[in-house]
Parts: sequence; C-alpha cells; structure tokens
Amino acid sequence: MSCFDYPVDSQTILLKKRALRKELLQKEGLVDKKIAILSGSTVGQIRPVLELFLLHHGIRPTFWEGGYHLYYEDIVFGNEELKAFAPDLIYIHTSNRNLENRPSVYDSDEAAAAKLSAECARWQGLWDAALANFHCPVVQNNFELPTLRVMGNADAVMAQGQVRFVNELNRTAADYAAAHTGFYVQDINWLASVHGLDQWCDESSWCLYKYALNPELIPELCANLANIIKSVFGRNKKALALDCDNTLWGGVIGDDGVQGIHLGLEDAGGMAYSAFQSYLKEVAGLGVLLNICSKNEEHIAREGFNRAESVLKNEDFIAFMANWNPKSQNLQAMAQQLNIGLTDIVFVDDNPAEREQVRAALHGMPVPELTGPEVYARALDRSGYFEVTTFSKDDRGRNQMYKENVQRAAAQQQFADYSDYLRSLEMTAQITPFAPEFLARTTQLINKTNQFNLTTRRYTEDEVRACMEDENCVTLCGRLQDKFGDNGLVSVIIGRKIGDALEVELWIMSCRVFKRDLELAMFDALAAAAAKLGCSRITGSWLRTAKNALVRDFYPSLGFEVTQDGENERYFALNIEQLPEEKNKVIAVQPNQ
Amino acid sequence: MTAEQVLKELEEIFRDNFDDDDIVLTRETTADDIEDWDSLEQINLLTTIGKKYGIKFSIDDVSSLANVGDMVDLVLRLKA
Repeated sequence: MSCFDYPVDSQTILLKKRALRKELLQKEGLVDKKIAILSGSTVGQIRPVLELFLLHHGIRPTFWEGGYHLYYEDIVFGNEELKAFAPDLIYIHTSNRNLENRPSVYDSDEAAAAKLSAECARWQGLWDAALANFHCPVVQNNFELPTLRVMGNADAVMAQGQVRFVNELNRTAADYAAAHTGFYVQDINWLASVHGLDQWCDESSWCLYKYALNPELIPELCANLANIIKSVFGRNKKALALDCDNTLWGGVIGDDGVQGIHLGLEDAGGMAYSAFQSYLKEVAGLGVLLNICSKNEEHIAREGFNRAESVLKNEDFIAFMANWNPKSQNLQAMAQQLNIGLTDIVFVDDNPAEREQVRAALHGMPVPELTGPEVYARALDRSGYFEVTTFSKDDRGRNQMYKENVQRAAAQQQFADYSDYLRSLEMTAQITPFAPEFLARTTQLINKTNQFNLTTRRYTEDEVRACMEDENCVTLCGRLQDKFGDNGLVSVIIGRKIGDALEVELWIMSCRVFKRDLELAMFDALAAAAAKLGCSRITGSWLRTAKNALVRDFYPSLGFEVTQDGENERYFALNIEQLPEEKNKVIAVQPNQ
Repeated sequence: MTAEQVLKELEEIFRDNFDDDDIVLTRETTADDIEDWDSLEQINLLTTIGKKYGIKFSIDDVSSLANVGDMVDLVLRLKA
C-alpha cells in the first residue's frame, strides 16, 4: 500500500512531498513529459503534488507554469515562452470562480440566455486556440456547482440561476470533448460532489491564498488528473486477475458447494457480489481482460460461473488459473500467456495474506485494498487503473481477440512444422499508409507497445497526423486477419527520408501477433515504399529499454548490417538499390485500395 | 497541552515538510530562518497543523502570524 493508492493519503502526501519525490525519482524506466499548467487561480502545491502522482505512474514531468490568472491570455494571445517550451500536454486549471458573463435575477430570459451563449463561446474560443496553437493534448476541468443559490432549488431550473448556468457550461465542455480528439474534460463537478461541495470550496483558502479548492484536497485533484494524463500517454492497466471465493461470490465453493455460495439478488449476502460482477462485466467491455487467479480445483471453480445468477460466465475469462500454486507464480504465468507485463495486471483478492504475498513477490504490481464486498467496485473504480481517454472499436473487441488466440494456440498443437501451422491460419493483411480513420488506434498502439518496439518513441495524435501529411515520411500500418478472426491494426512503421536514406524512426508490432511473419510483410512494404521515394538505403536503430530485448537482433535477421554497435544503442543499414526479394511467404497481402 | 509540547510537535511537522531533520524551532523562528519557507509552504504548514489538532483557522487568525511563537499560541488558543 502506498499513499498514492485509493484511498489517497492526503496528509502524508502534502507533508512528506520532498522525501516522496526523492524516493520516486529512483524508479527505473521513467518517461519524460513536458506539462504546461495554466491557471485561473493559485497553482501552488498542485504542481509538486501532481509531479508525485505522475512519477508514481512512471512519468517524469518538467513543468511550465503560467502567470497567476493568465490562462486565457497565454493561450488566446500567445506566449512565446510557452510556445518555446513546446508542451506535451496542457492542463487548464480553472474553477467556478473563473466564470464570467454570469446571469442575474435582474436579467430577462433573453438577456440570461445571451450571457450563457457568450460564456460558452468564450471557453470554446479558448479551447479552439489551445488545440490550434499547441498541437498537444489539452485537459480542461469542468466546473463545480456554486455553493450559494439565491433562488434555492429554482436556481437549477431558471435561466437566471447559477446552478443552471454551470450545468449548461458543463454540457458544453462535454460536447466539445466528444467532438474534438485531444481534448479531455477533468470532471471536477463529480469530484467536488464526491468530497462534498462545502468541503471542496473553502472560502477562507480563496480569500487568503486564491486557492480555488480546499488545499487539503489537492492530492485528490492531482490523483484524478494524473489518471487522465497517464492514460493519454498510454499507461493504463490492461487486465484483471480475480480471486473467486469471497471476491466474486460469498463463501468457499470447495467447502460450501456450488449451491452453497452466496450470489444473486435474492440473497442479501450475495447481492454485493452480483453487483461487483456486473461492474466487472462493464469493465471488460472497455477491452480490459478478465482472468481468474484462485486457489481452487478448476472444475469446481468453473461450476460457480455456471450458476444462473452469475453475471460472469466461464466464457468471459481469458486465463483461468485455478490451482494450488502460490498466486505470484500464477500471475507470472498469466502475464506470459497474455503476453503483457506483470505491472499491467491488477490483482483483486479479498484475502489480505494473498495480497501481501503478491505485493512482496511481485514488486510494482497494482493490488488494491479491499474491505467489504459492497465496496470492492468502488476501490477498483476510484483507483483509475482503466481511465478511458480513447475508446476504439479495437478496445471493444479485445476480449474476443484474446479468446481467438486461445483457439490459435490449440490449433498450433496439431502441426509439427511451424510454417504449416502459419499457412493453416489462412492469414490476410492490409498494409497501407496512415489514414485519418485509424489515427486514434495508430496513436494508441504507438504509445502502449513496449516489447516489439525498436525505438520506443511516443507520439501524440497530432504528431502522427503530421507524419501522415509529410510527403518525406513513409507511414505504414498493418492489419491482420486469419480464419479465427480479425486482429485489427497491429503494426506501425514511420520512416523519414534523409538524403538518400529512409530512416526508420518507429517500428512496432502488437504482442498479439508475434511469430506470425507479419513483420516480414511489413518489411516488404517498407522496402517498396522506400524505393518508391527514391531511397537507396534503409537505416534503423534499436534503443534499449527494460522491455524490448526481444527485438535487439531484429534488423540483422532481415539482412541489415550493423553500422554502430553498443550496449544500449545499435544502428543498422540495408542497401536497397536492388529491391530485396519478398520475405513474407505465408500472408496474403491485399493490394492497396 | 503546554507551549513546550506544541513547539516540539510543530518542529516535527516542519522537519517532515522540509525534509530536513536539522531544523530546530524556537518561538522566534520566522520564514527568514528557513530557506524554503515561502507563502505557499506557509499554507501547507497551516493545513497540516489544522489537520493534526483538528482546528480550523479563520482569516484573521492566519493574517496576524509573525513567527513560530504566534503559531504555538494560536494552536493553544483554539484548542482551549
């Protein structure tokens, strides 16, 4: 348990921020990001506390802080210093206190409506300018409700009311975010209501220090904000490992029998477990993989999910590890089977001893504290492991794709020769330049692929778009299907023409399609595209990270020569004056449409 | 609770807050004596002190603090 996990330990964070920072800076594999904070009130402790939460998520921020209450001017009229800082992300920290054009009870309906339109236009103008001038993700909070209501409840109804005014503005912010990629709303209206509006809006902190929120709640604000930022930069968790007994149902199925466990709405003891299962079913719909990690006989544990009252069914799980091995060992096997990192899995278990075993054995694995079953869902929900900032078709289909992988593994058993197996998959691929409709998925893949990633460069959606539009760039994205299903967009290459060489800046492939020869088909397409641009060489590099040892020798395996060799960086080149023979023999690549 | 006791407890809070175990507080210590003690840290300190003793400072309380001695007296007054 760290002070950053739910429930956030605000007091420790505020008091020990210096010591915590020193400790967090020791973490390995931190990625650097430049964050601009523009504000309509005092930033103060928000900056150091946000830094702690970002470090906790593996992001080492450098900050640029705008002047007090200059958020509008800095963005709309431009600020050279901010421009030169070239932020990777902009956070606009504002509050109800920054609203202008407020309606009043002295206004006619028409005048009040005109004020609302003017205020909506003012904010939209700000957001348009932020997106247009900085080409990076923008996070803007919506607004907390007012603490005073001169008309009482009618304040939420009449055009002159402040409550109605804020509600309308918040809807405008939500509509704007829905219509603009790269723009994210931080829902402080929700956050303030969770903590209580009177507690959130502290009058004396405003009068004394111009803090728009109670400084005691700064850690809560930053925890929430850091979830959005780490999600934008591709650091969400990917899977859940769930215990069964007293986690997904009440009781011990091995002792109490399948009919003896508590589950379902007819049973007071079972209701909370059913509600938790329903919550998990929704989480799975986001593309989060559900898996079982339980000390049980497998056939007995599976019976529990055959009960009619069980919301989750056996088909909902990808890895089903029910045995008597230590849980840490099962989790390692699970990570291997799913081909994801251990720290990408959230371990959910009611038993404190199991949680401790896993925390001690597997450092860095997220293990939420669970108390009673009625609050399991909340513990998971508030931790923000799966904060959604993009929601692609691919996310929706992810569980299905992993199930197809299980079928593929079974099919592989039938072939002695691996290439016979590959041919039996009847694979087809489309390898095309980047296209606007795939930009979101392309960006998402770039930012979360770690293993088959030669350079681990991360790109924002705007940067990906810029590559797409640059005629000196070769951009390729590969989609792969086989007889079991569609793997979707799973490989990306970005190359840039420099002199007579095409320099490969980025080459990634999803672990989902390892060892399927798609990398060979991608190479064929890359060589053809480079030749078409008039390049006589292709150059590439391998930059070591904690996770990409897999592709250390990838370029040599394609016939590249090593031009510069080092422990942490290797550089390669391949002459293509004569176009190399096509390497892919098993995938039918469909011609460009 | 004595003034002596409160002073010792504030010293502990200051040491945590500035991550510096060498800080020694006296009634006469002011923001000029501790390098990182600026107006923002002042807010952080007051928030922590308020939480620790379960007290809430008013605007008047906070604006008239000149040194650590004033802080000690304020805590004692609000706890009384």
